[in-house]
Amino acid sequence: MKKKKEVKKIVFHSAKEMPLMPMSLGSMLYNKTGSWRNIKPVIDLEKCIQCGICWKFCPDISIYIENEYPVIDYDYCKGCGICAEECPTKCIVMVEEKK
Amino acid sequence: MKKVIMGNHSLSYGAMLSRAQVISAYPITPQTQVVELLSEMCANNVLDAKFIKVESEHSAMASCIGASLAGARTFTATSAQGLALMHELLHWASGGRMPVVMGNINRAMAPGWSIWTDQNDSLSQRDTGWIQIYCSSNQEVLDTVIQAFKVSEKIMIPSMVVLDAFVLSHTYEVVDIPDQEKVDAYLPPFKPEFTLTPDDPHAFGGLTSPEHYFELRYMLQKDMEKVPALIQETAKEFEEMFGRYPGLVEAYRCEDADVTLVTSGTVGYTARVAVDMLREEGIKAGNLRIKVFRPFPFEIIRKILGEARKVAVVDRNISYGHHGIFYEEVKSAIYGFTKDIPIFGFIAGLGGRDITPEDLKGIAHYALKKDRPEEEIVWIGVKK
Ligand code: SF4
Ligand code: SF4
Repeated sequence: MKKKKEVKKIVFHSAKEMPLMPMSLGSMLYNKTGSWRNIKPVIDLEKCIQCGICWKFCPDISIYIENEYPVIDYDYCKGCGICAEECPTKCIVMVEEKK
Repeated sequence: MKKVIMGNHSLSYGAMLSRAQVISAYPITPQTQVVELLSEMCANNVLDAKFIKVESEHSAMASCIGASLAGARTFTATSAQGLALMHELLHWASGGRMPVVMGNINRAMAPGWSIWTDQNDSLSQRDTGWIQIYCSSNQEVLDTVIQAFKVSEKIMIPSMVVLDAFVLSHTYEVVDIPDQEKVDAYLPPFKPEFTLTPDDPHAFGGLTSPEHYFELRYMLQKDMEKVPALIQETAKEFEEMFGRYPGLVEAYRCEDADVTLVTSGTVGYTARVAVDMLREEGIKAGNLRIKVFRPFPFEIIRKILGEARKVAVVDRNISYGHHGIFYEEVKSAIYGFTKDIPIFGFIAGLGGRDITPEDLKGIAHYALKKDRPEEEIVWIGVKK
């Protein structure tokens, strides 16, 4: 899965323009939940064996694969640490977020 | 074809004739024979539907929601505590605009554990954004299921078809089961505008900011307001094809009535007997049976009760600390829109105690005797 391109915020000016149901309102494109994070995962790609386990386990779909290596999407990563826990080579470390 | 069937099976036949494609249900108490027969129909290939057995009513409604979103016509049935367990998902179905149709057997809420009828289970779900229709006969149950699919799919709001436990659910009546081809002509296949499909991925029910949430609710209400006209329209079409009119309310001998009973569910039919008995005694009584409770059919109720002299609302339910729920609703619907009419509120038959023609005659006599209501609630048949 690729990282989503930046997309313009969707704004409906009236009910008439909106779908009946809350469907693809695009709110997560600008609601960057990564700001909720206190600690962040950092990958040491030297030790990475490209197994993709972190990608599979991330509950927030915040890891994507680019050129066959995992890349963390800090816009949405909430710092839960599951990737670091599951990584078989322990090449992901959780470091304090400096704000 | 005419058949002698119970109310529960009227729901099953209604779902079968509507060609429900996904039926999901919890199979144990408070479930009834509704889904038992449907599961047999699925097993015997009488009905080409996916039958999903789940571990709770919460999951039953959740799978109906998923299936509906994927474009399937979905049906489920429940009762009392089962409906209460669905509560969260009822909001998901209406807020997400999924036209699920559900049968609910009106059973009293526990504790005391009860399998007998009253309306507190479904009326507790009043504000979930579902269409609610209260039936009075097995024929009406079957007809209403078919009509409910048509209405729900047109306006994208789910419907609850409600019937009294035992008095209707387990009572056998002659029911005309219409031909499949005729039902197919009345109810075309479900073709929603948006579906959940990998070909065109969408996020449904996602985070909605204050910028947009309000409008979604506004649209739900605006569409709800269109439902009474839609029910009348589809009822007329139904009448042309099947000879029966599944409308919003049923007025019986109301025109010149000195006292108009307001009833719902099977009490609505008992009331017709009571009205005839009263008329034989020389008392001009009438009965307005409210069939569609949500959306509340303001216009037709104001029209009929606007002509009334005295109104006696019979509730088989209670909003604790307030009144019977139909009583509240009727008062709020006509207040300011009609001349000042004395309206009396009665609570009867909670937990399945019988409401007899004698009880209803007593209610009419009570209302005729008084000029204005003197008590918040007049209790009928309670051993005080
Ligand atoms: S820390 Fe949690 S949210 Fe962030 S990338 Fe790892 S698994 Fe995903
Ligand atoms: S789990 Fe660890 S080793 Fe496997 S791809 Fe992710 S970072 Fe690399």
